[in-house]
Amino acid sequence: MTALTDLGIAAIRNGVRDGDFSAREVAEAFNAAVAAAKPLNAFLVETPDHALAAADAADQARAAGETLRPMAGVPIGMKDLFCTKGVPTTAASHILEGFTPEYESTVSQNLWNAGAGMLGKLNLDQFAMGSSNETSYFGNVISPWRRNDGGNAPLAPGGSSGGSSSAVAARIAPGATGTDTGGSIRQPAAFVGISGIKPTYGRCSRWGTIAFASSLDQAGPMARDVRDCAIMLEAMAGFDAKDATSLDLPVPNWEGQLNASLAGKRVGIPKEYRVDGMPAEIEALWQQGIAWLKDAGAEIVDVSLPHTRYALPAYYIIAPAEASSNLARYDGVRYGLRDLPDGANLQEMYARTRAKGFGDEVKRRILIGTYVLSAGFYDAYYTQAQKVRTLIARDFERAWEVCDVLLTPTAPSAAFALGEKSADPLAMYLNDVFTVPSSLAGLPAMSVPGGVDASGLPLGLQVIGKPLDEQGVLNAALAIEERAGFTARPAKWW
Amino acid sequence: MSVDTATVRRIAGLARIAITDDEAARLAPELGNILDWIEQLGEVDTAGVEPMTAVIPNHLRLRDDVVTDGGVRDKVLANAPQAEHGFFTVPKVIE
Repeated sequence: MTALTDLGIAAIRNGVRDGDFSAREVAEAFNAAVAAAKPLNAFLVETPDHALAAADAADQARAAGETLRPMAGVPIGMKDLFCTKGVPTTAASHILEGFTPEYESTVSQNLWNAGAGMLGKLNLDQFAMGSSNETSYFGNVISPWRRNDGGNAPLAPGGSSGGSSSAVAARIAPGATGTDTGGSIRQPAAFVGISGIKPTYGRCSRWGTIAFASSLDQAGPMARDVRDCAIMLEAMAGFDAKDATSLDLPVPNWEGQLNASLAGKRVGIPKEYRVDGMPAEIEALWQQGIAWLKDAGAEIVDVSLPHTRYALPAYYIIAPAEASSNLARYDGVRYGLRDLPDGANLQEMYARTRAKGFGDEVKRRILIGTYVLSAGFYDAYYTQAQKVRTLIARDFERAWEVCDVLLTPTAPSAAFALGEKSADPLAMYLNDVFTVPSSLAGLPAMSVPGGVDASGLPLGLQVIGKPLDEQGVLNAALAIEERAGFTARPAKWW
Repeated sequence: MSVDTATVRRIAGLARIAITDDEAARLAPELGNILDWIEQLGEVDTAGVEPMTAVIPNHLRLRDDVVTDGGVRDKVLANAPQAEHGFFTVPKVIE
């Protein structure tokens, strides 16, 4: 029999419903896998009792003959950016170390309402700022993958949702929440050979999610395949009056309408996504992806998104600007760390608390954001970036006149080794070159595994869709998934 | 755009982050490199383009003007580094 930890979300849900195994057995198997995977450093807090309580509720509901909830008996990992009542929530920062929320985020509450349980809180880049999970105050997350060169260099799981990607790829969680501001769901999913979708901005409530850049932040699921992502996104999404940008729309039945036939669909290939220095293997995978979508019945059309090259610099003005404002709340007064030496005044307390509590990358982004918003520079930087953002969104709108979805690589490289890029902030920022434009335009976008490179490491393909057309994105991703037949998995070393 | 240490100190002051001389010296070229790179946005012709205000068309909702929250003082204070008599406590600001 297959180990229970080899099962994904749909298989667990169906197995519990059909009585093939109990939810408690599933929770116990994953709790044990989490406890045995310390070398990955994926979990900051383990909550086995939460997973068991949800499992017991599912088993009791089944015994009572009730209709099971959509994720009954499925234990998941929760990125430590979501506030969870009574469970420490840190955003992987020192400044929030010891913070225990008195309330539950809407996204996590939605998951519990759907019957899911929590295995624990997952490590991430500090305040979700990073692409390699090297900025966590609580240490790097290690990818379960290794290159096949025998060198055993520890690899980055991507970021910022690196604990989520590592845990799902290592099969210590069947699914996990992620958040995506400029690619933080899609790039880590690509690095570890799993699927992840960032929905349209406003689908998932931001209430109770620790804010990074509010006009970009979106939650989404990371899981083993497209169907699992559809199930989990349905549970996470939905209107929330507590978030002013929440979309007041019904949540579609994405799983029920999955359809890998793309007959009559047009797939756009943006020429600007062919960047200098991109490995030939990624170009080859992109061509393979085009062939798969043709095989699924789609018509392929060339499109141009002329402002693509300006997306990253615009992002690195807008996101730090919003972050500098959002992170002003960490002042040593209401929650978290306080550094107050004898005789210090209030201003000194603020400055010392923030100096001690924020990591280098967080400080760098707060300083950049403060600079671009400061008197005399605001129009030249921030207003110009928001105008460029309008042009980037307009590029996509023009593309939708001739195509239904776009296909691109997810990242310009496979996973790199820890330490390989961390000395150069700009080199790290360039990793988000393919994911940032759709974030700036608020579009749904998904990474799905396509194959492995010569080192045996996963590579992902990205599908970008029209606003609110998560279904189109999921369906194209499913067409790729069915044809890629991606079965590679990391050998267990932890 | 070169950034000098005086600028770094001024920005850090605005951001309420204490920095040492060594940190200012390290941050100046780092921030300079990042700002040099984002300067390229200046070459985009944005004449007549409105700055983005919302990525997805959405109108702001109004709700009934009624109290929907409150009465949770102890929860609000539960994570405070220091709280006394039902208030957040900070160093004396008025002599």
